[in-house]
Amino acid sequence: MTLPRPLAPFLNFAQALRAAGFLAAPEQTQSFIAAVGLVGPKSLMDVRRAAHATFGPPPERHEEFDALFDEIFLGRVLTAPAPGEPEDMPNAFDAGAFEPILAPEDEEPSGADASVAERLFARRFADDESEALRVFARRLPQALPRRRARRLMRGKGRLADPRRTFRHMMRRDGEVARLLRRARKERQRRVLLLIDISGSMKSNTDGALRLAHALVQAGEQVEVFTVGTRLTRVTRALVRRNREQALQMASGLVADWDGGTRLGEALQVFLSVPRFAGFARGAFVIVISDGLERGGPEVLRQAMTRLDGLAWSVLWLTPLAADAHFQPRTEALRAIAPTIDRLGDGSSPQAIAGEILHFAKGGRR
Amino acid sequence: MPVRRSILGIDGPQSLARSLRDAQYIADEGLATAAYLALALGKPLLLEGSPGVGKTEAAKAIASVMGRELVRLQCYEGIDASAAMYEWNFPRQMLAIRQAGSDYVNLYADEYLIARPMLLALQTPRDRILLIDELDRSDHEFEAFLLEFLSDFSISIPERGTIRASEPPVVIITSNRTRELHEALRRRCIYHWIGYPDPALEAEIVMMRSSVVARDTAHRVVAAVGRLRAEPLAKPPGVAETVEWAEAATILNEQGVPWPRAFARAIGVVLKDQDDLAYVAPNIDRLIMGSAA
Repeated sequence: MTLPRPLAPFLNFAQALRAAGFLAAPEQTQSFIAAVGLVGPKSLMDVRRAAHATFGPPPERHEEFDALFDEIFLGRVLTAPAPGEPEDMPNAFDAGAFEPILAPEDEEPSGADASVAERLFARRFADDESEALRVFARRLPQALPRRRARRLMRGKGRLADPRRTFRHMMRRDGEVARLLRRARKERQRRVLLLIDISGSMKSNTDGALRLAHALVQAGEQVEVFTVGTRLTRVTRALVRRNREQALQMASGLVADWDGGTRLGEALQVFLSVPRFAGFARGAFVIVISDGLERGGPEVLRQAMTRLDGLAWSVLWLTPLAADAHFQPRTEALRAIAPTIDRLGDGSSPQAIAGEILHFAKGGRR
Repeated sequence: MPVRRSILGIDGPQSLARSLRDAQYIADEGLATAAYLALALGKPLLLEGSPGVGKTEAAKAIASVMGRELVRLQCYEGIDASAAMYEWNFPRQMLAIRQAGSDYVNLYADEYLIARPMLLALQTPRDRILLIDELDRSDHEFEAFLLEFLSDFSISIPERGTIRASEPPVVIITSNRTRELHEALRRRCIYHWIGYPDPALEAEIVMMRSSVVARDTAHRVVAAVGRLRAEPLAKPPGVAETVEWAEAATILNEQGVPWPRAFARAIGVVLKDQDDLAYVAPNIDRLIMGSAA
């Protein structure tokens, strides 16, 4: 079947959208063409609005969408879309331009101190499979805290089930034989994992991400963010079952490896995006960080107080706590001590896994 | 795909925008286009945006323009068919059995059926508009169920058979985007992201919503709210807060509080979170007056 020529750009546009990872189902293309007919079109702006209404690109990708539109309908070739997923963040937190530095650095930031330099470069993960993570994934679903959901299910419970009771009754000619009951379902609490990827955490981030992958795979509702000089949501990458691929994708999303830490500011950004803050509500929050903070402790303290208010519980894991005589000495850790429920050992994936299982099972101390 | 170019005399985005303005709602061209297309193509309209940008208000305005009643279904986690579609009136059914004795009684007649919003909209699509509010609060089970409803606008009641709409009802869905809605659902809808309005538009909204606010006050409030929204706040102020702030400051001013002070005194109307207030307090003059002060 040959299509009328004027339709070509519309179909090409849908194809281009699909190639760029936008949602563009045939019925949307159909709606788009019908919509263009409906709105006039008196100008290209009408066509653009029709495209927005029918394909519904997410707000954080509007620019990319418009660039594709211009390319197809105006023949204008624009720059390639930025990689990663720019979330809908407020303007207040613009942590510099995205400049990947691919050349390896001669001088590594010292592991002991948080470094000011924003080192943005992609990096490879060390391949390390561990039995501990498998055990962790197996035990996690039972261990994770549960909360009562609103949904009702049949079974033993305190609530009457009128519909089933009535049906039952009808079968016995209107005789009330017994009252059937139903109960509230239980669901896993949401888990929010925040991983500090600053220079001072360098030797721990790979392990933490492998653990995060196991956590995302085993839990029902898990969100993972990396925090350095900026905040990156990596859940999207970690939902892939294949660990190699997942970790590679995650490392591609993150742009601020081994830089400094502005944990407080990044947390504030997290909390000011309503959908992220909404996720933290009632969630089991796990932070993996040494608490070596570039910003003042006051910002971090405020953010942690707010996070603690939203969360079910906050577990803070620091690699420094591997030492049995560890005491929280840094200014930042001391400032936030009242807002966290337990300060634990985050020195290795095994230690983190152990802490999470123990804490989740009710070992809140 | 059934297409109707003109719906109740509305024959394009501009004419819909005009009607909405008569209904006290100022829509930008993007929203007017999306809403018009949803009506013309007979598809659900999905409105997403931060809390307080006027998603529910838009639905109310569209209902008022079309002269139809708005049936609102507020979503929550665990919402199910008995809250969204229909429920049998069990006590009345019981009574009917008792009274009937040995006579025949149809226990599944209309009088025992309690219609909930989705069934209501289906039964009388010409009189009602269905608003499914804050769909992101519901769980995946309900979303899947809604998808079925939206694809063929029918509800099957085991005791009664399938009830079909004589014409597709107008459905408006809102979401605060606390989670991503399923692609299958988004694909079926006409979509619009409502952002915060630009300053000129927001000032216009303030003046339309509140007759006591002077033009100058409206512009200053809108500028101050814009600066507040750029700060990392837990609860960025919505459009309703802007209107209330302008009103509150005007009232305080009438009672003798001088201008910049009136804004600062009424700050509790616009920021409703202790941490936000504490955060803003040191910079309050700069935020209200702009960088000049």
